[in-house]
Amino acid sequence: MIKAKNKLGLVFFPAFDWAISPTHPEREERLLYTQDQIFEEGIQDIEGIKFFNPIIADEKDIQRVHFCVPDVKSRVTQSHLISVGGAIKASQSVMEKKVDKSFALVRPPGHHAQRVVYGDRGFCIVNVEAAMLERIRKEYGPLKVAIVDTDCHHGDGTQDIYWNDKNTLFISFHQDGRTLYPGTGFIDEFGGPAAYGYNINIPLPPGTGEEGFIYVLENVVLPILDEYKPDIIINSAGQDNHYTDPITNMNFTAQGYAKLNDRLNPDIAVLEGGYSIEGALPYVNLGIILAMAGIDYSHVHEPDYDKDKLKQPKNITEYIKQVSEIVYNRWKTKDELRLKEFKGLDNVERNRQIYYDTDGILETQSQNFKICKKCSGLNTIKSSCDRGYRIFAITIPKDACSNCIDEGYNLFKNPNGSYTHIYLQDRVNDKYYAK
Amino acid sequence: MIVGLDMGGTHIDAVIIKNDKIINTVKKPTDKDNLFESIWSTLEELLKDYNKSKIKRINLSTTISTNAIVENTTSPVGMIIQSGPGLPQDFLACGDENVFISGYIDHRGTVVENWNPKEVKEALNIFKDKNIDSLAIVTKFSVRNPKHELEIKEMVQSSKIFSNITLGHTVSGKLNFPRRVYTSYLNSAVYDTFNNFSNNIKKSMEREGINAPIYILKADGGTMNLYTAEEKPVETILSGPAASFMGINAMLSSNEDAILLDIGGTTTDIFFLADGVPLFEPLGIQIDKYKTLVRAIYSISIGLGGDSSIDIKDGTIKIGPKRKGFAYAYGGPSPTPTDAMIALGLMEGNKEKAYEAMEILGNKLNISKKEMPDLILNTMANMIKNKVDEILNKINSQPVYTIKELLYGKQIEPKLINIIGGPAKVLAPILEKKFQLPCYYPDKYEVANAVGAALAKPTTEINMLVDTAKGILTVPELNIYEKINKNYTLEDAKKRALELVKKSAINLGATEEEIEAEITEESSFNMVRGFFTSGKNMRIKAQVKPGLICDLRGDSND
Repeated sequence: MIKAKNKLGLVFFPAFDWAISPTHPEREERLLYTQDQIFEEGIQDIEGIKFFNPIIADEKDIQRVHFCVPDVKSRVTQSHLISVGGAIKASQSVMEKKVDKSFALVRPPGHHAQRVVYGDRGFCIVNVEAAMLERIRKEYGPLKVAIVDTDCHHGDGTQDIYWNDKNTLFISFHQDGRTLYPGTGFIDEFGGPAAYGYNINIPLPPGTGEEGFIYVLENVVLPILDEYKPDIIINSAGQDNHYTDPITNMNFTAQGYAKLNDRLNPDIAVLEGGYSIEGALPYVNLGIILAMAGIDYSHVHEPDYDKDKLKQPKNITEYIKQVSEIVYNRWKTKDELRLKEFKGLDNVERNRQIYYDTDGILETQSQNFKICKKCSGLNTIKSSCDRGYRIFAITIPKDACSNCIDEGYNLFKNPNGSYTHIYLQDRVNDKYYAK
Repeated sequence: MIVGLDMGGTHIDAVIIKNDKIINTVKKPTDKDNLFESIWSTLEELLKDYNKSKIKRINLSTTISTNAIVENTTSPVGMIIQSGPGLPQDFLACGDENVFISGYIDHRGTVVENWNPKEVKEALNIFKDKNIDSLAIVTKFSVRNPKHELEIKEMVQSSKIFSNITLGHTVSGKLNFPRRVYTSYLNSAVYDTFNNFSNNIKKSMEREGINAPIYILKADGGTMNLYTAEEKPVETILSGPAASFMGINAMLSSNEDAILLDIGGTTTDIFFLADGVPLFEPLGIQIDKYKTLVRAIYSISIGLGGDSSIDIKDGTIKIGPKRKGFAYAYGGPSPTPTDAMIALGLMEGNKEKAYEAMEILGNKLNISKKEMPDLILNTMANMIKNKVDEILNKINSQPVYTIKELLYGKQIEPKLINIIGGPAKVLAPILEKKFQLPCYYPDKYEVANAVGAALAKPTTEINMLVDTAKGILTVPELNIYEKINKNYTLEDAKKRALELVKKSAINLGATEEEIEAEITEESSFNMVRGFFTSGKNMRIKAQVKPGLICDLRGDSND
């Protein structure tokens, strides 16, 4: 029998009794054929691969990351708590050294869920990786973490959550926002004042294939990771860059995904999107599992795989080289760029409109980041939506100085203006308040 | 009259049961060099004074196939394997010659690429050159569509060089390609050995004028008729623990979650009941280095029994896992739990010698020989408890795949313990305290395995998949791959599954009235392509569960 080179933990939770709606891409059937493939390949019998059931995340795991409006209970279902719990279980098994790496194949996905949550956007309500990561930071102490988002859609939720956190490097490569939901993820979205340069977007043109993805990995992602030196790497493993995906326009392959995971070498991978449930997911997931376990994946390919047909056109290759160069140069010069962007400011304001496509909600948001010399600075969100909520949310960051802590509590007590709800996230003391 | 025979590594036990009572028993040593002779002479002795025409059925639990595998005396097998894309294939090579062919069928049973007759022809030449006459043909996802296996069989059959051919999809309907390969291999490997044995049995029965039907015990606690066993001899492996399991249930019945223990001289076998139904291995049993798809009762054997040798290591008592010989009180080389029981007067034997054994151990621990026996029995009970807890923990964290199962899934929470074996009576009160559960043991346990074999009924399981988008219904085990209409419902499928599993049990020799058929798993998925529902994908498991022909009339103590 085959033995895994790396001990791999798998949380395989297809949630066969959950769907957004019967014909929605995010439906019961989504991981059915993946399960068939995993079972038929005999993955359960491979020495060194261990299966775990999800635990159920609790309210606090959500509060560490989100302002759910009006509250967690109204927004988050049991299936979301289990999806988060699956990721938590996977990461715990790595932190406790029961396994070397782990892969949580859970659903629903999460990377479009931002800090404020009025409902479902991009099939996501809770940011699974973020809730997982903050839980393990809580349990195992501070960690310097890189999240690499390989979903075809920009990981705008994860970007929002770690926008001003230097200890969480977020790298997303995805189909260019001018051609695909959620329409963000451009090169100049580079992070908040305390973490400028630690949010990296690599928008790729439609039609990018294996060559392009591997080029970006080797010329941008891996060099940046080498310099950043994270304690752990998380792959936000969306699989919709696949050439058969029904809602995107890329040309990535199961082989490509396996190679990517082999070279990226993440400690934890968490499934995100991917809706070619028959033609892609069974093979992509198998490829990722084998790559993470250190097992030969060279025989993994789709039944209709045709190398020549999927060859990336020259002009795309050239374009990707240019994008890569720009992004990497920005990373190298991030400190100068930061000075240019924020010199002399003591506050940075960011105004946005956020559309919840799944639930059809429009949010208007204004964020304020205080620039503090001693810490990454108190920040606040004023937000309202067409459902009648008008909220004020305060975040005291993990490294907050005593001034910022006091200011946070003062703002919670005496806010300026009238709101339907006011929230305080005290990350220093892991305390969460709402009124 | 029902005859039951259980062949163990050292002994063969046989019983006659009439009107729910044991009326005769025989115990004989197993002659490893002539297993058939051992069985036959035991049966002859058992039936000597009885009217052979009154025998209703003969149930045998035999180690014929198991021994052949473990001792490597199986026939050489040629393997034709189609592994398609996925894991590398080299590790699947288990036959004496392995030919990997091209072609592929995917997870939905769609033929992606055809097989190549030229490759099969070359395989035939190799097998012919090496005088290999047992063959197994296994293709990935053949349980979803057996087309390639069937076509290849048709081609190779005409060559007339094979005495037997096993097709992967017939060994089990479960998904697990490596196990399907190994199980098919083993089936072909023990084919000749088992068929030799069954021919001998049939001849001898004819000579003696016995015309009762013969059933063979399977590892899942059920039986199959000899004819089926001849086709699927792999199903006869490792039926020993199943006999013991059925024996415990025959003597002590339960409808609850329970722990069953068979504590012998060398080992303790641990089993579980969930609401009175046996707990099975999730996929199948492992034999030698092969993980198989042979359905089996979940059983764990630990090296701890009445005759396990006891040592003191780092100031603590270590019992087992080795048996070095008889108990010290019976002239054996080292102290054993049996000695502790003799010392306490709970078992017959030389008390003085037993205390001598206690003294040897006590000296190393600075404990008086009087205190030693209790300490030993307590340690033994602790070891059993720790192991059972560990296994239960594992069982209760088996992967689940739905929110409902995760939140409300069945957890095994034993309400009682049923024990058989030599030390049962002595250990029962100690285990009762440790587990905080009532412990039951029967008066007579010596022939429990043979009783278990005697009272086992035919069992079977089927795995059905209905794909209404494709308009296909498959039951691999029964070689069913047929068209259905697009409106086929889950109710239709369940009804059909129950009919099929009953029919299958009857083909195994069950009688209509003894069949307890049930659906054990069912699911139905909407298949959506684009924005439209293209069909339903249903998965159903049905089984005829193991059970007893009758409960034994006897007494139990608690």
